[in-house]
Amino acid sequence: MRRFAYDFERPLIELEEKLDAIKRTESAGKEDIAAQIAYLEKQIEKLRVRTYSNLTPWQKVQIARHPDRPRTSDYIEAIFTDFIELHGDRTFRDDLAIIGGFARLDGAKVMVIGHQKGRNTKENLLRQFGMPHPEGYRKALRLMHLANKYRLPLITFVDTPGAYPGIEAEERGQATAIAQSLAELSRLEVPVIVANIGEGGSGGALAIGFGDVMIMLENSYYSVITPEGCVSILWNGEGNPEQAASLLGLTADRLKELGIIDAIVKEPLGGAHHAPALVARDLKKELVKALKDLIKLNPKELVEKRYARLSQIGYYIENPVEAPVEK
Amino acid sequence: MPIGDWFKKQERNTARSPAVEKRIIPDGVWEKCKGCNEPLFVKELERNLKVCPKCFFHFPVSAYERIYQLTDLHSFEELWGDLIPGDPLGFAANKPYIDSLAKAKDKTGLNEAVVCGRARIDGFQVAIAVMDFGFIGGSMGSVVGEKIKRITELATREYLPLIIVCSSGGARMQEGMISLMQMAKTSAAIARHQDQGLPYISILSHPTTGGVSASFATLADIIIAEPHALIGFTGARVIEQTIRQKLPKDFQTAEFNLAHGMVDMVVNRLELKRMVARLLDYLGASGVKE
Repeated sequence: MRRFAYDFERPLIELEEKLDAIKRTESAGKEDIAAQIAYLEKQIEKLRVRTYSNLTPWQKVQIARHPDRPRTSDYIEAIFTDFIELHGDRTFRDDLAIIGGFARLDGAKVMVIGHQKGRNTKENLLRQFGMPHPEGYRKALRLMHLANKYRLPLITFVDTPGAYPGIEAEERGQATAIAQSLAELSRLEVPVIVANIGEGGSGGALAIGFGDVMIMLENSYYSVITPEGCVSILWNGEGNPEQAASLLGLTADRLKELGIIDAIVKEPLGGAHHAPALVARDLKKELVKALKDLIKLNPKELVEKRYARLSQIGYYIENPVEAPVEK
Repeated sequence: MPIGDWFKKQERNTARSPAVEKRIIPDGVWEKCKGCNEPLFVKELERNLKVCPKCFFHFPVSAYERIYQLTDLHSFEELWGDLIPGDPLGFAANKPYIDSLAKAKDKTGLNEAVVCGRARIDGFQVAIAVMDFGFIGGSMGSVVGEKIKRITELATREYLPLIIVCSSGGARMQEGMISLMQMAKTSAAIARHQDQGLPYISILSHPTTGGVSASFATLADIIIAEPHALIGFTGARVIEQTIRQKLPKDFQTAEFNLAHGMVDMVVNRLELKRMVARLLDYLGASGVKE
């Protein structure tokens, strides 16, 4: 079976497949073949570095969407102990695009909420590719209330292309559900730590995607709109997502420069799926560190600090002497 | 800017057209109704709050027109009108963001897509924000987010009811994540106003979608929609492309939202001021009756 690969990875993957094929042959032990294998391995290493060292924003978006990329549930398993999943919004149904529940981080009791994508097509249909309906956000809201009531720090995992675009989602108030989640996140009297592990698609991501400390994996993205959506609106479909991804400033580096996020967790060459345990370990370190700092603050301080943080996000000119937009 | 100035400007605009040939209908004197295709006398349309007297089609109104329609004469005192947007990402798609801004400013005479201030509605003191769809689709970037935050904080500080008239396609793409974060920023400010026990009425006019519908617009105590206004989160085109089925005819209209329990009422613009005043009375607003 051919391995999944994006176009820019194709030459590398083909070389790796060639190497695998040679290794599988019976003569693999022979000296001249061994030399060939060693040579190929060296070439592959070089190509791997060349392919992944200077990823464009669009290539990062692609890696963020990689089907093998670790999901929220993988990180919950790797980072926390004693996870107890909680279900349902108590109003309509249990939306599997968002999961959450109690867990322990280094022994400390916390609440975890995250977008959940599927591992394969079948699971993705169940979980709607991590795109929540309003009931998903209302489940998150319920868990936020629980976190607040029982003084559990909240840790969220962001990984969604966006809120589900559908008739029923609109009928049940997608906009209202997201708005209520945003308002609630701002008033939680417990630490809120956000980890963007893949896709941060627009309002559907933001609904559980801002807090006191914001962490992004190196190849995750966070954007006001998907590059494809940007193309269809700004260029009437005649541009390409590569350009849009570069313009939108959606990478972890750029967002750290802009002061939106606080920390970036490095990924191995090629993305988190090449060494999930390593990435989980490093992400855990960041989460533990963030939590340690935040629990020093009392509830009122936490809320004030979060408000002040949001309050200063903006880029505008006041009392202009000369309006720079005029020519 | 006092309302009077705005009115003068409009008068000047409508009078500018040279009515030389009697046979030709001069631009700006007659307007064809987009609802029933009837020709309407512009002055009469304005007197009727830009609602077609024949079919009740609601024409879009600019921010200042709305303020003129909704607040007591000369009661509006604008705040932060000099806040102007920057270009944090150096954004340039089919055209540079700064060009879009300059064009929007020329077209609307506004610095940004929202106008805020103190005003009175039937004597009730309020803090009010009105969005203008004419300015880059009423989209929310830094300035809109900041002004909504400020007017909400002012209302919280001064114990005033908050009125926001929404009209927006959503978050402004050209400012990237900074725009998206304005959703959180405005929602946080509204949460504080709410927690103070103060009244907030939002009026959703055509269209209210995306990042604005999913933040301050839908967090009000009372949500009023204008007839036939488009209200929703995801655009119909995106939904159609995703689910590959035809959408119901009234999908995402004000009436659809009413039926699904997302708004309190659909109110004709001619009744709007009266309804807001009646609600303010119930919500315990204070002021001086005129």
